[in-house]
Amino acid sequence: MNAKRNDHLATGIIYALVGIVVIILFGLIGYILVSGVPHLSWHFLTSPSKSFAAGGGIRDQLFNSVYLLVLTLLISFPLALGAGIYLSEYAPDNWLTSLMRTAIEVLSSLPSVVVGLFAYLVFVIQFQIGFSILAGAIALTFFNLPLLTRNIETSLSSVPNLQREAGIALGLSSWKTITGIILPAAVPGILTGVILSAGRVFGEAAALIYTAGQSAPALNYANWNIFDTNSFLNPFRPAETLAVHIWKVNAEGIVPDIDVVSNGTAAVLIIVILAFNLSARYVGNRLYRRLTSSK
Amino acid sequence: MENYIAKTNLELAIETKNLEVIYGDHQVVFDSSLEFPRHKITAIIGASGSGKSTYLRSLNRMHDKTVTVNGQIVYRGVDINQPSVNAYEVRKQIGMVFQRPNPFAKSIRNNLVFPLKENGITDKRVLDERVEESLKEAALWDEVKDDLNKSALELSGGQQQRLCIARALALRPDILLMDEPASALDPISTEKVEATMRKLRRNYTIIIVTHNMQQASRVSDFTTFFHQGRVVEFAPTQELFQTPRVKMTEDYISGNFG
Repeated sequence: MNAKRNDHLATGIIYALVGIVVIILFGLIGYILVSGVPHLSWHFLTSPSKSFAAGGGIRDQLFNSVYLLVLTLLISFPLALGAGIYLSEYAPDNWLTSLMRTAIEVLSSLPSVVVGLFAYLVFVIQFQIGFSILAGAIALTFFNLPLLTRNIETSLSSVPNLQREAGIALGLSSWKTITGIILPAAVPGILTGVILSAGRVFGEAAALIYTAGQSAPALNYANWNIFDTNSFLNPFRPAETLAVHIWKVNAEGIVPDIDVVSNGTAAVLIIVILAFNLSARYVGNRLYRRLTSSK
Repeated sequence: MENYIAKTNLELAIETKNLEVIYGDHQVVFDSSLEFPRHKITAIIGASGSGKSTYLRSLNRMHDKTVTVNGQIVYRGVDINQPSVNAYEVRKQIGMVFQRPNPFAKSIRNNLVFPLKENGITDKRVLDERVEESLKEAALWDEVKDDLNKSALELSGGQQQRLCIARALALRPDILLMDEPASALDPISTEKVEATMRKLRRNYTIIIVTHNMQQASRVSDFTTFFHQGRVVEFAPTQELFQTPRVKMTEDYISGNFG
């Protein structure tokens, strides 16, 4: 075998492997879209779901998914940012730090059912928050924290040390160097982490069944008082999300149009994740450009 | 170890007395006493691992928290190597340019404006003046004056290094420490950086660490030779290169180094 043939062979194998991955991904997404998109209509997106009759929509589930994501990020991003900055910039290199890193890794590999039941027992029952968006957001924070913390730490660490030295040599404090120089340079990496974790939040069902609940009470989108039970912004109301809705309709749904609802919902879920992904990337790129004035 | 330190009658910018630098239990710089004349360029030469960069970095307290520095660093009559001395203030007076260009991922203008603002200068007119003056001092103004809002990362390596010099100068330091500032640059960029240094000598004291002996002889007024963490010789550059007093210096500059 000569080098040229080896190279051709290796290239061929790599292309084949990539091809398999692409086929699986496009096959899955294509199947979901093909079987779901024909059922989508303005009516489907804007009317509440029905328990017994056909023709229900997913208005509330769609909103709940987005609201849950926002709440989760509001809780988990500041925590993860602080922890990531600490681990990357301040943590001494000792056994305590590596214990923390290990704990984070263990937390990220917990099965979602376990996290869901834990949040159910502690927050829903013990703290009497009840089935609510807030309990769901806290449960999802448990998933999000390890991933986001790890991601922010890695993004910050990958900014060259020369940048820190430059800041220190100009008489800047470590804090100013981190917030003014290191963090802006790490924005693209951090953003990728946020997008990935958001996808996970959108798609999560198991942990939410026990925390955010499986019911979607009628919402009043004109009621801005977050303490009213029918206000769409009330974080203490139970809230079924898109992913939970898919699970519930398939598992115990008695509506006559199960296929229509679940396929349509799955398609919407995929499209929403895609839309969030693209818009987060767009916003992130603009933010990065503003912070760093690169083209 | 035999050594020779020439006496100068010039006004001093900074001096060290019995300075030693220790990493954990590994000592890198031993008992170094040197005087740096004001508004002159002093080159520090020596082989890799001779402790010259470590010595340089202790002068503006870059080592704080990582290594132990013993001895005195006397600047304007004060020993700045004391915990009670504010290291941030020291670094504003004693600026530093590094081996590899390290501009911030910001626009050319903001590379200079960000540290100035953080140091309390917010008047836009003053900022604009400082940006222009500093870029002119670093001989970069003519090349970038029309696109100050361009990212600094789009500049060439040589331009980036001059931007870093301008950034250090913008704080109006007294002394500029340069740690092999041209080692990552091509000959043309190196020549530009050296020309900039010669111009800066009028207003600043420059201490430059370099691997490159030709560079030391081209730009510096004084040269000191470090070997294994000790000062071997300090003399006016011409003297040191033409009539070295210590055998070890002679061996090093003639390339007979064992």
